[in-house]
Amino acid sequence: MSLYEKTIHELHGMLIKKEISAEELTKDVLARMDQVEDKVKSFVFREEKEKAIAQAKGVDEKISRGEKVGPLAGIPMAYNDNICTKGIRTTCSSKMLADFVPPYDAFVAEKIGEAQSVFIGKTNMDEFGIGSSTESSFFYPTRNPWNLNLVPGGSGGGAAAAVAADEAVFALGSDILNPAAFCGVVAMKPTYGRVSRYGLAGSTSSLEQVGPVTKDVTDCALVLGAIAGHDPKDSTSAPGDVPRYDEFLTGDIKGMHIGIPKEYFGNEFDPEVKDAVLSAVKKMEELGAHVDEVSLPHTPYVMSAYHVIAAAEASSVLARYEGVRYGYRREDVPDIEALYRTTRTEGFGPAVKRRIILGTYFLSSGQIDVYYKKALQTRTLVKEDFDRAFEKYDLLVSPTCPGTAFPLGTQADDILNGTGLYTVPPCVAGIPAISLPCGLVQGLPVGLQIMGPAFAEEKILNAAFAYQQRGGFPRIKPSLSGEGK
Amino acid sequence: MTDSKYEVVIGLEVHTELKTNTKIFCSCSTEFGGEPNTHVCPGCLGMPGVLPVLNKRVVDFAIMAGLALNCQIAEFSKFDRKHYFYPDLPTSYQISQFDQPICKNGYLEIDINGEQKRIGINRIHMEEDASKLVHGGASIATSSYSLVDYNRGGVPLLEIVSEPDIRSPEEARAYLEKLKSILEYTEVSDCKMQEGSLRCDANVSVMPKGSKEFGTRVEIKNLNSFRALKKALEYEVMRHIQALEEGEPLIQETRTWDENKGITLSMRTKEEAHDYRYFPDPDLVPVIISREWVEEIRRNLPELPQARKERFMREYGLPAYDASIITSSKALAEYFDACVALYPEAKTVSNWLMGDLIRSLNAEDQDIRDCRIRPEMLVEMLRLIDNKTISGKIAKTVFEEMFQSGKKPADIVKEKGLVQITDQGEIEAMVDQVIEANPKSVEDFKSGKEKAIGFLVGQVMKLSKGKANPNMVNELLRKKLK
Ligand SMILES: [Zn+2]
Repeated sequence: MSLYEKTIHELHGMLIKKEISAEELTKDVLARMDQVEDKVKSFVFREEKEKAIAQAKGVDEKISRGEKVGPLAGIPMAYNDNICTKGIRTTCSSKMLADFVPPYDAFVAEKIGEAQSVFIGKTNMDEFGIGSSTESSFFYPTRNPWNLNLVPGGSGGGAAAAVAADEAVFALGSDILNPAAFCGVVAMKPTYGRVSRYGLAGSTSSLEQVGPVTKDVTDCALVLGAIAGHDPKDSTSAPGDVPRYDEFLTGDIKGMHIGIPKEYFGNEFDPEVKDAVLSAVKKMEELGAHVDEVSLPHTPYVMSAYHVIAAAEASSVLARYEGVRYGYRREDVPDIEALYRTTRTEGFGPAVKRRIILGTYFLSSGQIDVYYKKALQTRTLVKEDFDRAFEKYDLLVSPTCPGTAFPLGTQADDILNGTGLYTVPPCVAGIPAISLPCGLVQGLPVGLQIMGPAFAEEKILNAAFAYQQRGGFPRIKPSLSGEGK
Repeated sequence: MTDSKYEVVIGLEVHTELKTNTKIFCSCSTEFGGEPNTHVCPGCLGMPGVLPVLNKRVVDFAIMAGLALNCQIAEFSKFDRKHYFYPDLPTSYQISQFDQPICKNGYLEIDINGEQKRIGINRIHMEEDASKLVHGGASIATSSYSLVDYNRGGVPLLEIVSEPDIRSPEEARAYLEKLKSILEYTEVSDCKMQEGSLRCDANVSVMPKGSKEFGTRVEIKNLNSFRALKKALEYEVMRHIQALEEGEPLIQETRTWDENKGITLSMRTKEEAHDYRYFPDPDLVPVIISREWVEEIRRNLPELPQARKERFMREYGLPAYDASIITSSKALAEYFDACVALYPEAKTVSNWLMGDLIRSLNAEDQDIRDCRIRPEMLVEMLRLIDNKTISGKIAKTVFEEMFQSGKKPADIVKEKGLVQITDQGEIEAMVDQVIEANPKSVEDFKSGKEKAIGFLVGQVMKLSKGKANPNMVNELLRKKLK
């Protein structure tokens, strides 16, 4: 097995035993990137090789001096391009920010910097995170490594594709559950407030969290441990200590109560998806978990609430992109109105504009009570559904998506395509969820989603670990097949 | 103005910048002035992904102001975004408070023709100030470019909204003066209207007396001095009455005060008003205020104007009228305290403050804190009067010169040769000259018209260019005319 295929924990072991150097590892991953990036197009920015190698050498020197290094040290990684990186272009895959260089690091980038991972690039996404296929990127669509004619999911599709294609050992992104399912990798959306949003240039405030995209569950626990924690620069970030997530990975789920939300089945595009998920549930039962059906009765209203809240927040957050201070600006205009109008007309793509227009409407006087306030009420009901379920069950298990990856250019309308049906509820409720592969349907990965109560990431990670270790789906690699035109 | 057929209804919205060291949602300095765009950071420049964090001192100050204005302090309060596109707002929304402000239902009392009147305060809320625009031309619409100085962006503001309890421009002025005074005393704001740290908008309508229905409401912006407030309201009330008299329609609109022309001008009509699309800011958490927090602040509230007024009457023996004028401004009261510490004749100090000093400050629209005459200079001048170096009349000239140039009184007296003439012979010569030139007045005085002596003294003073000691002149005249 090549180095670039290995996981963080495997590589860390080799690094500290000096079986390999971080320089060697970094060069190997960069060579892999050179080899496949033209096909996959995961990245919108690639760090200069010399700089990446210099970072790796720094870690090697520490190791050779006998200094202790953390589990992420020397590991090549990427950020989704809505995570601000000081001195490095951060575009949100939008023309609006195509030349924007933040003078600050996101909290998570600071943390990863402290952990001494090797930064190798920024990955593609749907413009400002609006979309579910990475096709709304201003630059180009990213391909699914399992079949280059298919989408990698979205909005954080580049991060998942890069990890699946072994172009990065791990990545950070927001909105990564669905891409992880489509690309056959592991991703976790932490509890709202668990990871600081400082420097996450999102299109919403109350729905997004940064999380890890990794090759297995152990790696996921290691990366989450590195980026979680209180940040005084984010008022919504949660106080309290961060558990050593990796220490909870015992693989013992005996006696655990697992609920299967009945509303999360029956919408499959393909019945085999359901079979794959149910057989995973069966494995967990064999490991000693008690499994029961549970109802989350407000599920049918989640998507409507989500779209109203997401659009309302987007119309507000994205209002700052108007050409005055930074970002794209249309010159030679007659007046300030024209500056705003043409800058925003030319700087945003259609999916973003649609969301801004809807959101502006949802918040307008006369409509705010009908839409936005109703959506917030619905959100409360959805949270209460989960609260009730978690009184009886430790965790809830469902498919991550109702289907597998779909062909490029076929499902542009993210409002109607239904890929977010199961990944949106945890975002709306602010609870943590993981997606991990649980099988292949017609050669494409299927994601298993495990949801838990707020701040119960360790429980979710352990259940995912148990499934992965003792009954789970073997690590198989994508083929990078298809024309990818 | 006070046309008995009509009733005037006025409400004021006052914005005051808080004196915190740092901005409301980031740690940049709030200091006034400074090179453009030096008190900025990614936060107050609205850069992607940078989040607001509430400065707790702002909440302290809001509670303090609320308590001083007899408000209820909310236990639960939140921030909302107010959206509009304008280059002075880098995020295109202002973080403000919409339906759950921090303070509600307060009041203050004003003194109108010797009577106390209570003016209700509807609410006080916290918000961030916008940045400052410097236009290449007269306005953003007529300029080929405009520059933005973000130093002021994010400076904390309180917006204090009165009830429509104000019934005349005079009351409006009295309300604003009292409000300014209270805010200064609590030390939440320095209330410098010249620097824009206290700004006022007014809502005004006029209705036939006894009417149940309010008249058409007009908002007037940019009333940034007491004078402007009173003048603009007087103008607007007149405009409304004229329209009502002539049966002309008035429209609900926002107008601006043109100081130079002395008129209000239409800015935008109701139809052109923004839909601000307020909604709770999801980047901030609600502000929860415990009773203990409020009580802690209540215990530490500084002396308010009423208490200081009573102290001045008690300690310095000032008449109520003097005490209330001098304590109306905290800075003036402190100025008075500083003078009296050096010169215990409190009433003399009070006379100069209430006369020449206030008059000069008003004429120049100047703040006492920027006044060139420092307390020790005023005291030095009073001592020059006491030791007869200058007359009270000359002192007025010295005062004027100090106010303009900031020079010390002794230097002014020396430079301008203003030393009082106390030489018996010199004054006598002038007295003789005046007696000779005014036989009619001399006759009048001798025949018992006491008033005539005043005229003759005046003539001698005039002849001496005001430098003769007036008491000596008086004495000599009476002696000679006996
Ligand atoms: Zn700042």
